[in-house]
Amino acid sequence: MAATRPIRVLVAKPGLDGHDRGAKVIARALRDAGMEVIYTGIRQTPEMIVEAAIQEDVDAILLSILSGAHMALFPRIMELLKQNGVTDVLVAAGGILPDEDIPAIKAMGIKGCFGPGTPVEQIIQFVRENIHPERLQVEV
Amino acid sequence: MQNQNQNLIERLLSGDRRALARMVTLIENGVPGIRDCLAELHRHAGRAHIIGITGSPGVGKSTLVTQLTREFRQRQRRVAVIAVDPTSPFSGGALLGDRIRMMELAGDPGVFIRSMASRGSLGGLSAATRDVVRAMDAAGYDPILIETVGTGQAEVEIMRAAHSVMVVCAPGLGDEVQALKAGILEIADLFVVSKKDKPGANQTAAELAMLLSLAPDRRTAAWRIPIVLTSALKGEGIDQLVEALERHRRFLEDSGLLQQRAQRQIRSEIEALIVQKVLQHLEEEVSPGEWQRLLSEISERARDPYSVARELEERLGLPR
Repeated sequence: MAATRPIRVLVAKPGLDGHDRGAKVIARALRDAGMEVIYTGIRQTPEMIVEAAIQEDVDAILLSILSGAHMALFPRIMELLKQNGVTDVLVAAGGILPDEDIPAIKAMGIKGCFGPGTPVEQIIQFVRENIHPERLQVEV
Repeated sequence: MQNQNQNLIERLLSGDRRALARMVTLIENGVPGIRDCLAELHRHAGRAHIIGITGSPGVGKSTLVTQLTREFRQRQRRVAVIAVDPTSPFSGGALLGDRIRMMELAGDPGVFIRSMASRGSLGGLSAATRDVVRAMDAAGYDPILIETVGTGQAEVEIMRAAHSVMVVCAPGLGDEVQALKAGILEIADLFVVSKKDKPGANQTAAELAMLLSLAPDRRTAAWRIPIVLTSALKGEGIDQLVEALERHRRFLEDSGLLQQRAQRQIRSEIEALIVQKVLQHLEEEVSPGEWQRLLSEISERARDPYSVARELEERLGLPR
């Protein structure tokens, strides 16, 4: 029954850069793939992102960042998620993420990293395949 | 499973935001057993003032909701917001963007915002909205603000979900008031003319006042529909709007209308639940193959929809 429900995704832009075309392209593509996409807009603090993810009870959080502040902001987001007991949400990141940072980003628990030029189909498929299995079998 | 339910309900009642968020998901997805949860929540609900905010796309509903929430917060109230955006009829997906304009509310533990996709419902809400309101009410939020999808003329479902309905109009949209004439105008308990800093706001308000003055019961009506001008840009008119809403709430309570409206809403909820059940039985009774056969017979004019409906009704045990 619950298996057919739409996947809910939060698309968020942490930090101070205002370039959100990429985030909007992703949001639109996920919408067209049948997902419910909550788009928060630019200049989000880690606290705002985590709070939105909790209230919206999303299956996945996609972070878009181009400012270079990812190594400051991502750990804070992951820490806040953990503090709030949110352990079943898929987190992935996109934007300008230097190759040398990627192992560290993945070590934080961010499962996917997508640089410029990634086909949107790849991201859609990644989200579909990596949602925490328990989340899609919610029953009471 | 039963214990798990009970645990979730208890956490929700004690104010756990994650429990409320999860309950909303379960309600939206109509998981089996949710009715028992809702029955339990019903016992704890009934305290919140439920306010509907509707109007055409772009008139400033989300911005107004943000400002209203801030004003209610200053009055020490815990506020829940349901923001409904449309589901794509093609992909079934949705882009829920109301949070963008509610950014300044983020981080306030006394505010709970949930975006909902309309999921095929055409009345400006989602089918699950009323049940989600129930969960938020039980969790102790008051008021609960429901922002509908941007509406045209006939999306009046909000009147079956809210105690007080606010219709928002913006100036400079030409014959906006004309467009409002039919359905939406009738359901307003309050009118808001937003963007009063823009030219034409006073004229829009005057046109609304004129339309209201045409109502035959204008002089005898116990509630005179107020028209409040607001400017989110300058932060004006919001306190008057909250005052008007509080006045409407008191009016509903004192006149007995609150109970009357609540009862009417509950009746339509019960009807919807029964229809849902009947459809579910029908699905179990008639296999896809039988449907196909029946539909072919009807399109070949060997049978007709009325006698087929009659036959199926009998099989479901419905009285003639």
